[in-house]
Amino acid sequence: MMLAPEILPLGLDALLIRYATTFSERANRAAQALAARLEAAPLPGQTEVSAGLGSVLLRFDREATTRAALQAALQERLAAPPEPLPEPRHFLVPACFGDTAGPQLAEAAALAGRSETALVAELCATELHVLALGFAPGQPYLGMLPEHWQMPRMDRLTPRVEPGTITTAIRQIVLFAAPSPTGWRALGRCALRPFAPGAPNPFALRPGDRLRFTSASAPEIAALEAAGDPMGGTIRSFLK
Amino acid sequence: MTGFIEVAGIASKITVQDLGRPGFTAMGLAPGGAADRRALWEAAALLDLPAPGAALEMPLAGGRFRLTAASRIALTGAPMRAYCEGRALAWNASHLIPAGALIEIGAAEAGVYGYLSLAGGIATPERLGARATLAAAGLGTVLAAGMRLPFAPDPAAETPSRCLPTPARFSGGTLRVIEGPQTAFFDPQTRARAFANTFAAGPANRQGLPLHHDGAPFQSRSAALLSDFITAGDIQITGAGMPVILLAECQSIGGYPRLGTVIPADLPIAAQARPGTPLRLLPISLEAAESASPPEPAQFAALRRSCTSLIRRPDDIPDLLGYQLISGVVRGDEEDGCGSI
Repeated sequence: MMLAPEILPLGLDALLIRYATTFSERANRAAQALAARLEAAPLPGQTEVSAGLGSVLLRFDREATTRAALQAALQERLAAPPEPLPEPRHFLVPACFGDTAGPQLAEAAALAGRSETALVAELCATELHVLALGFAPGQPYLGMLPEHWQMPRMDRLTPRVEPGTITTAIRQIVLFAAPSPTGWRALGRCALRPFAPGAPNPFALRPGDRLRFTSASAPEIAALEAAGDPMGGTIRSFLK
Repeated sequence: MTGFIEVAGIASKITVQDLGRPGFTAMGLAPGGAADRRALWEAAALLDLPAPGAALEMPLAGGRFRLTAASRIALTGAPMRAYCEGRALAWNASHLIPAGALIEIGAAEAGVYGYLSLAGGIATPERLGARATLAAAGLGTVLAAGMRLPFAPDPAAETPSRCLPTPARFSGGTLRVIEGPQTAFFDPQTRARAFANTFAAGPANRQGLPLHHDGAPFQSRSAALLSDFITAGDIQITGAGMPVILLAECQSIGGYPRLGTVIPADLPIAAQARPGTPLRLLPISLEAAESASPPEPAQFAALRRSCTSLIRRPDDIPDLLGYQLISGVVRGDEEDGCGSI
């Protein structure tokens, strides 16, 4: 059955099409599917469409259309049978785990009831979906991990994590794009920089992409970082 | 001729700002841009431009600048004491500045963000379609003493100086609010209490303006809400129950529930509120908001109509020889529309 979203005003020049107010993979995929359809065939007056964790932002030009007209066109689109999603992009990202790269790996492993090695192996075996980008430009929320990864944020904030830090909470991974304080537990680090302001395309990832980490040594990651390529040794894989 | 603004000194964290980068929300990048967008549209009206260019955004105080080529400038937003070679420059006005003349911009007399715009626009490199500064992401330009920022030539330097009436947005007031996607997560009593309160602006930055009040904190019915899209103007209620009006540099998504959204026409009042400024929130319908806050190009047309010529006496002009004297620059017979110096 198709999810029926709520359509709500967001400011004077946007509609929010909301599939859920708590996380569900189904709502996340429904939002990405709707965003892809609106991107492929924009509604009259549409200026921007964006897929979030459980909703779609649809911004419009108030001089080109009205909220009512846009909402009517959107209802029609929602009623049409869904089309197949475009093939997602797959990325393989080298990363190192534990030690100074992931000071909270042991704590996270204890909370998950796994050994550190087993937790890292499980992470690297999981094909993560880019659920949304946010908090900082280009910064991906990745998920979902198995049930035993359901762990709260830490009570105490880490004052600063660096770009490339791989952190976890609530069955998700955040790969930091910019220096930030955080309550998420740091597991490791990679040389991929999700946002590279000087690059022709500064955004490495987009919602719906698939990503897997592959275990590397700390010196290998350091060497990739020293090479200065913001993709940090990431391989785009065309195999399904 | 392309010129440079030479930054001789700065008195605050001055950044280059324009109307921002719409279109990258899906990538986690909110539009950003000037904290007081209206000030950029006012500058465009004063300089007779088709649309605003990139300008210097000066929080609370300006700095000292020299232009390597003559150009008209516009001074808008929070009124600041401004001088060209020691002579006072009217605020909310455009002025022709000769090459090499020293522009000095002091502290704001009211409000927070003052803007120095150039007729040709600041021509720092565009990133993702804009010059706006988002320092945390390494986008745009944060000024430092000794910098030289390029600007494009003045398209019509002979255009007479103009002025606009002093806007009334620098001392707080009532902010009109529409419902947003999360308004229903607050019970009617909480909403009524928010709209009955008088708040005092807290210490703000380009991301948000906290609203202080004496009563109990505001709570929503929803404990763990999925992070969702934010728009500038959203009134976010923090975990401690304090309202924060999100401004131009807000993030693209956020997890705190939002009471509603301040309409774009009133958002500059919030951006320009210094700590302690009294602010009230007034709920209005979407239909009322649509007419109270027309699209920016429609507001721009009205601003252009409000511009009048700025009366200048020849002995007020800092360096008469630095001007190309074209009839029209100094007529002296203009209507006094908004108080000349």
